[in-house]
Amino acid sequence: MATALTWVDVTAHRPLLSTSNYMPSPASVIAVNAPSTDSTDPSQHRVSGMRRGWITALIVGAPLVLAGCNAYPSYGADPGATKQGNDTFKLYSGMMTTGIVIGGLVAVLILWTVVRYRRRSDEMPKQFHENLPIEILYTAVPVIIVGVLFFFTVLTENNVDATQPVNASVTSTGRPVVDITVTAFQWGWRFDYTGLNVGVVGETTNGPNNHGPQMVVPAGETIQITLVSNDTIHGFYLRDFNFSRYAQPGVTNIFDLNVLHTGTYDGQCTQFCGLYHSEMLFSIRSVTPSAFDTWASAEVTAGHTLQGSPSGVSNIPAPNTRTTPADAGSSVASSATPKQKASA
Amino acid sequence: MTTTIERPEVITPEELGGPDGHHPDAHRGDADHGHHEGPSGIVNWLTSTDHKVIGKSYMITSLVTFFLAGIMAVVIRAQLLDPHTSLVSYQTYNELFTMHGSLMLYLFAGPFAFGGLANYIVPLQVGAPDMAFPRLNALSYWLYLGGVITMLSGFLVAGGAASFGWVAYAPLSNATNSPGAGSDLWLMALALTGFSAIFTGVNLVATILYLRAPGMTMFRVPVFSWNMLVTAILILIAFPVLFAAVVLLFCDRHFGTHIFSVQGGGSPILWQHLFWFFGHPEVYILALPYFGMVTDILPVFSRKPVFGYKGMVFATMSIAALSTGVWAHHMFTTGVVLLPFFSLLSYLIAVPTGIKFFNWIGTMWGGQLSFQTPMMFSIGFLLIFLVGGVTGVLLASPPVDFMTHDTYFVVAHFHNVLIGTAVFAGFAGFYFWYPKMFGRMLREGLGKLHFWFLFVGFWVAFMPQYLLGLHGMPRRVASYAPDTGWTTLNVISTLGSYIIAFSFLFFLVNLVVSWRKPVPAGPNPWDGHGLEWFTSSPPPHHNYTHLPPIRSERPTWDYNHPEHRTVVHKPKDKKSTSPQGDKQAVGAPS
Repeated sequence: MATALTWVDVTAHRPLLSTSNYMPSPASVIAVNAPSTDSTDPSQHRVSGMRRGWITALIVGAPLVLAGCNAYPSYGADPGATKQGNDTFKLYSGMMTTGIVIGGLVAVLILWTVVRYRRRSDEMPKQFHENLPIEILYTAVPVIIVGVLFFFTVLTENNVDATQPVNASVTSTGRPVVDITVTAFQWGWRFDYTGLNVGVVGETTNGPNNHGPQMVVPAGETIQITLVSNDTIHGFYLRDFNFSRYAQPGVTNIFDLNVLHTGTYDGQCTQFCGLYHSEMLFSIRSVTPSAFDTWASAEVTAGHTLQGSPSGVSNIPAPNTRTTPADAGSSVASSATPKQKASA
Repeated sequence: MTTTIERPEVITPEELGGPDGHHPDAHRGDADHGHHEGPSGIVNWLTSTDHKVIGKSYMITSLVTFFLAGIMAVVIRAQLLDPHTSLVSYQTYNELFTMHGSLMLYLFAGPFAFGGLANYIVPLQVGAPDMAFPRLNALSYWLYLGGVITMLSGFLVAGGAASFGWVAYAPLSNATNSPGAGSDLWLMALALTGFSAIFTGVNLVATILYLRAPGMTMFRVPVFSWNMLVTAILILIAFPVLFAAVVLLFCDRHFGTHIFSVQGGGSPILWQHLFWFFGHPEVYILALPYFGMVTDILPVFSRKPVFGYKGMVFATMSIAALSTGVWAHHMFTTGVVLLPFFSLLSYLIAVPTGIKFFNWIGTMWGGQLSFQTPMMFSIGFLLIFLVGGVTGVLLASPPVDFMTHDTYFVVAHFHNVLIGTAVFAGFAGFYFWYPKMFGRMLREGLGKLHFWFLFVGFWVAFMPQYLLGLHGMPRRVASYAPDTGWTTLNVISTLGSYIIAFSFLFFLVNLVVSWRKPVPAGPNPWDGHGLEWFTSSPPPHHNYTHLPPIRSERPTWDYNHPEHRTVVHKPKDKKSTSPQGDKQAVGAPS
């Protein structure tokens, strides 16, 4: 704050313009982002300079104070129930803070200009039309800002998109990465646990309390999702994971999820896929690793295997056909699990 | 009326072939000027190649589609009022949001700007008697009208209108998933309006490059016309790709090709690449004209020249150039595009856009601002587009896009951008140039009521949608579960949409009042800057009988205010003034 104030006072009224000296404040406001350049006569017009400095301090300071209460203010988003989602959340939060500060500065500058220069007389205003130093400044500073944003974007993006080789690695608990093939179809989801020989499938039903099929995963371990579709494009999206990816015919998408805690998380198809798009729900239930083992063997015992369920990618119902829940096969047991919002 | 100052660059009426006259005031209300104008009334409208008649036809047609699409939006919002409202069926809902988007984007926002306002204003601003190819211009309009009727007729056929979203992603748009004739009509409408846009683009480029008046160098062309030149070039880049994609999809649907289907060895992703290679330049085809309108309006109501004229022009060019290389930021979640490349280019668009913002502020800085309706709408544009721009920077980041893609966050973002440009800046331009086009004023009081209701309604309708998106509500859903917690925000948003709809009643009443009880506008009601304010309102058949000297981008201002005219290219002599004081502005309120 002190930086902003001092700098505004020092430089706000340097005669930057060749045509006019009407244009000090954009420089001072923009310069808060890059308080580095110069210093000249600080004595002129100190009063209005201080007033502008105060305004600047307020508009820069308020979001910073707000942001200061919490390292990562949420701005309406979820902190992220996965390692990847939490990385995304931090990036979102930081970018939103930057956006609010810069957007707020510009908004206040617009409103202040509108109020300050409202017509108060018939006197003709000064007819200046350019100021190269200021124009260069407000070209260069945004380049630096987006450069910084891009840097953090790439770091986060690499974390979010990083995948572990399924066979080569084991998680901290000594188990191989849990490999799940997710097949989206009109209108439902199928989850095949390739390494565990478990298959879960569920279709939408037209009921208000149906939350679609449920994927059970071990908390704290790496899950690798292989996402495919055989009909239209669907969106695999979980709000709590801060993540979505298209399921597309002809494309196989692979990504890792590390669910941090036990709990149940709602998911939904986000890419418009036809008539019943609104009802294409699913959920992910994250349980302790030992509970996961128990669940997996119980599913195999109950016959919910890759072969036991309507199996494999090729047996997905054809487009535009809707089956009743009873037709959806033996695995309905798991898809009909009542929604439970357990928290960690 | 006599010519008081020696003005060597003045074009004499003889040079233009006009009969006589020295001052535009002499021609007020005299639309004939000795030209034989041919038939009048409906026959005139049907056969006219006059850019002013075609421009008005475009504007009326596009406003009708705007109101139809707006009514659809209100029905969509009413459907979402609570979780299981069944105002309309799923199928109807899907048709409604598809047609809402298609009408607004293809048939309102673009044609209103480049077919309507630009068609009318650009020849006037550059001092041309008409567009370069008047008959092609007429063809553009009739193709466009055919496109509008074709698209709307989808509601009349069995199976209803297209229901695959305005982006028509393959394979949802193939014959299996969308078998109805409505989908084919949608494709044909795109082909028709696509050609209409291409022809208008050709016309604008030729007009601006070759029909400028003597003295109107490229760097004296007003920023609106500059932006229209760049927009027209973008049209020529983007729309042929859309047309190609539409033809390919049509072949897939009817002639057994498998261009977009995996089963035949094709690629559904190809559709997205083709569509967004059109689609992202399209976003700037929709935005740049409106940037130009605001850039022309702010100086007039600040009584100053535009700040950073050349910066504005280069920023426009940079935005256009970058916009052809960012299409895959719509495809971040496909998992098959190079994220950092498209992310970086998308980020960079913020730089020229920021330049424009600071130039707009610099234009107002130190001015004498008056707040007539066009100025209010322009300031509304600045504030609303600012929020859309900031959220746009967020969406340029792939991880943030992963978390918000296809949710209401994105819906809120692009309504922020598009309502900021096409509605706020668009109506700023409409209120600004309406006196020129119809020779009569719109009422200030009704205009300001329109503005305030629209402005408040906008924030009430769309700010909740950012939160809805962050709370996980996907776009294009006709219902949602009650336990999602989205109901309250949806109710607020729907309320806002009602306020927006209500605000347009003031607009319609304003039109009726101005028609029933006309207040003559005179040639120059705002003390305007561009050449268009030098001629009568509405202008005579070939626009000008004589022209002022053109020594800057605001020749009419220079003519009316010789003591305060823009002097460029004379760095040592910037404060020089001419000996006599300001003349009474041409037609300006004294």
